[in-house]
Amino acid sequence: MNASKTLVYDGSFNGFLTAVFIGFEQKLTHADIQKQGQLQSGLFAETETIFTNIEKAQRVWNGVRNKSNSAIKNIYFAFLSEQNNMEALIYRYIQKLMGSKYKGATDFSDDGVLKINQLAHKVGREKHRMEAFVRFQLTKDDVYFANIEPDFDVLPLISKHFRNRYADQQWIIYDLKRKYGLFYDLYTVEIISLDLSDIHTNSIEKSFAFTDAEYEYQDLWNNYFKSTTIKSRINNKLHVQHVPKRYWKYLSEKKEAV
Amino acid sequence: MDFNRIKEKLNILADAAKYDVSCSSSGSNRKNKNNGLGDTGNGICHTYTEDGRCVSLLKILLTNHCIFDCAYCVTRKSNDIQRAAFKIQEVVDLTINFYRRNYIEGLFLSSGIFKSADHTMERLIAVAKKLREEENFNGYIHLKSIPGASDELMYEAGLYADRLSVNIEIPTISGLKLLAPDKKHEDFIKPMLKVKNEIIRYKEERKIIKSTAKYAPAGQSTQMIVGATGESDKDIMYSATHFYKNFQMKRVYYSGYVPISTDSRLPSLGSEVPMLRENRLYQTDWLLRFYGFSVNEILDADNPNLDMDIDPKLMWALRNLNHFPVDINKAEPRMLARIPGIGMGSVHKIISGRKYRSLNWEHLKKMGIALNRAKYFIICNSTDWERRDLDAASIKGMILQSQNSKFKNQYNNQLSLFN
Repeated sequence: MNASKTLVYDGSFNGFLTAVFIGFEQKLTHADIQKQGQLQSGLFAETETIFTNIEKAQRVWNGVRNKSNSAIKNIYFAFLSEQNNMEALIYRYIQKLMGSKYKGATDFSDDGVLKINQLAHKVGREKHRMEAFVRFQLTKDDVYFANIEPDFDVLPLISKHFRNRYADQQWIIYDLKRKYGLFYDLYTVEIISLDLSDIHTNSIEKSFAFTDAEYEYQDLWNNYFKSTTIKSRINNKLHVQHVPKRYWKYLSEKKEAV
Repeated sequence: MDFNRIKEKLNILADAAKYDVSCSSSGSNRKNKNNGLGDTGNGICHTYTEDGRCVSLLKILLTNHCIFDCAYCVTRKSNDIQRAAFKIQEVVDLTINFYRRNYIEGLFLSSGIFKSADHTMERLIAVAKKLREEENFNGYIHLKSIPGASDELMYEAGLYADRLSVNIEIPTISGLKLLAPDKKHEDFIKPMLKVKNEIIRYKEERKIIKSTAKYAPAGQSTQMIVGATGESDKDIMYSATHFYKNFQMKRVYYSGYVPISTDSRLPSLGSEVPMLRENRLYQTDWLLRFYGFSVNEILDADNPNLDMDIDPKLMWALRNLNHFPVDINKAEPRMLARIPGIGMGSVHKIISGRKYRSLNWEHLKKMGIALNRAKYFIICNSTDWERRDLDAASIKGMILQSQNSKFKNQYNNQLSLFN
């Protein structure tokens, strides 16, 4: 009772939810939940290793969802932020949610609730940016290929969007930072990992992996981008605010500027 | 495909289409059918031009040949510019190939008017039809309704397009007579009315038969040029309200006039684009659509123009100080939305947050409320609030001093010492 403990999980979302389950089961007021491999144990803290248990994870998921749909979304999004210490924040958030007499975690005068909301909001914005800034390039194998390096781990969040939209073409979206990607083969989306020694981001140099027409269309797009600008209204500050420079490397229309 | 020729055409016809400001791709509910290509959703801006505008659609003209001579338009007959025209298949190929690479949400196709209104409208429809039927394309299509097009064609257009729009361009009938003598006001209204009636009819039918086809699911929009004919903000906003009300417009766009001609009826070349005014008009538009204001509260015969140095909500509040201060912890949502510095997002946060505890300045600040404006108009759970009996002018002065706007030089009337 009333104890504080370090719970170590395998880094997966289900693993995390299992840890939350264990925390509630042992009635921990403060659960220090940490990823395996990144462990920083306190001097006197007791440590327990958590084995991912889908059933227990499911119970936490359902419990939260029954309270509020937006809370479950916030928790998942905040988790994908990979932010330091987000586990403890989410744990506290779930505690508040389950203890509240209102439906949903809507106490915006509470720092913890506000913080989770802001984290989820940040991740949501990155998700939206990836839906916007992914630029497919057509390979000679007839696969539309894109590289990304998002700030947060958003691939699981954008999979459905691309699956629904590009149902009749094969595509790959590959996260260079986290070294995994999504491959849609006209039937299902699979998680893949690749050895990417020769395919690079949208650079000025042409790669033999892509079709010739690919570069023609990029050229057309870059031209379109230029001619649709109204010169007498140039506002570079606004432009960079909407298209931050760290994303320029994906965008064929900005490749000359990189 | 001859890419070089296409590139030339694209440059000419995208350049001519860019003055159409609408680029929204939201509001439709078209889903991917039979594992085809594309769907629509909340709209995505895939990139932004260097002037900071969203690019979500491939926005081009089918041709910039035109039989009309409207003074405000770049493609007017008398203008000496390069002319070009796309073939139908070329537009289809461009759209599909851009879409597959995730550059765009869909197509926004407009056109100069060649031969006749109906002939032009037919060609626009042909592009949309081909995209839908031959390419199984379910992305967003915005077609321009050509003024004077027949009812039959407008009916057909709505079956393929997500949105239709007629740009009214000049908010006053007298202005239209001056700048576009060949065009009649009725020609703009006719297609708008037909589309509106069809949308209503389809909605009714849908209630009875679920499988009724879609008809322009993202509705209609229109656009007005600002600052070309000396119209007042009241003229513009009253006519916008008219279109929202009587034609159920989804959006009215305001486009600051970009000088493109030496015509003496228009602002001369090199005069500045009225961007700040455009911004204030959009703010007003938002107040009308989302904040529960009605247009005559903001603009009337005594106040025909918006203040340039402060936003329209603050302008309203300063004229109606008798409604304030508002108690954050008790006021109804309608009134919260009327406090300067508080947006609808914050209104929702306040309403949920105040169930748990009485809110103070610290809470409000963390929720992201612009206290530099709001603090003169509210009280909350704190003994610290604005007690001085300030008049509108001094509140305005203090607020202006506390903020820094990039437009300051456009309205600051204080003389600079070294100029």
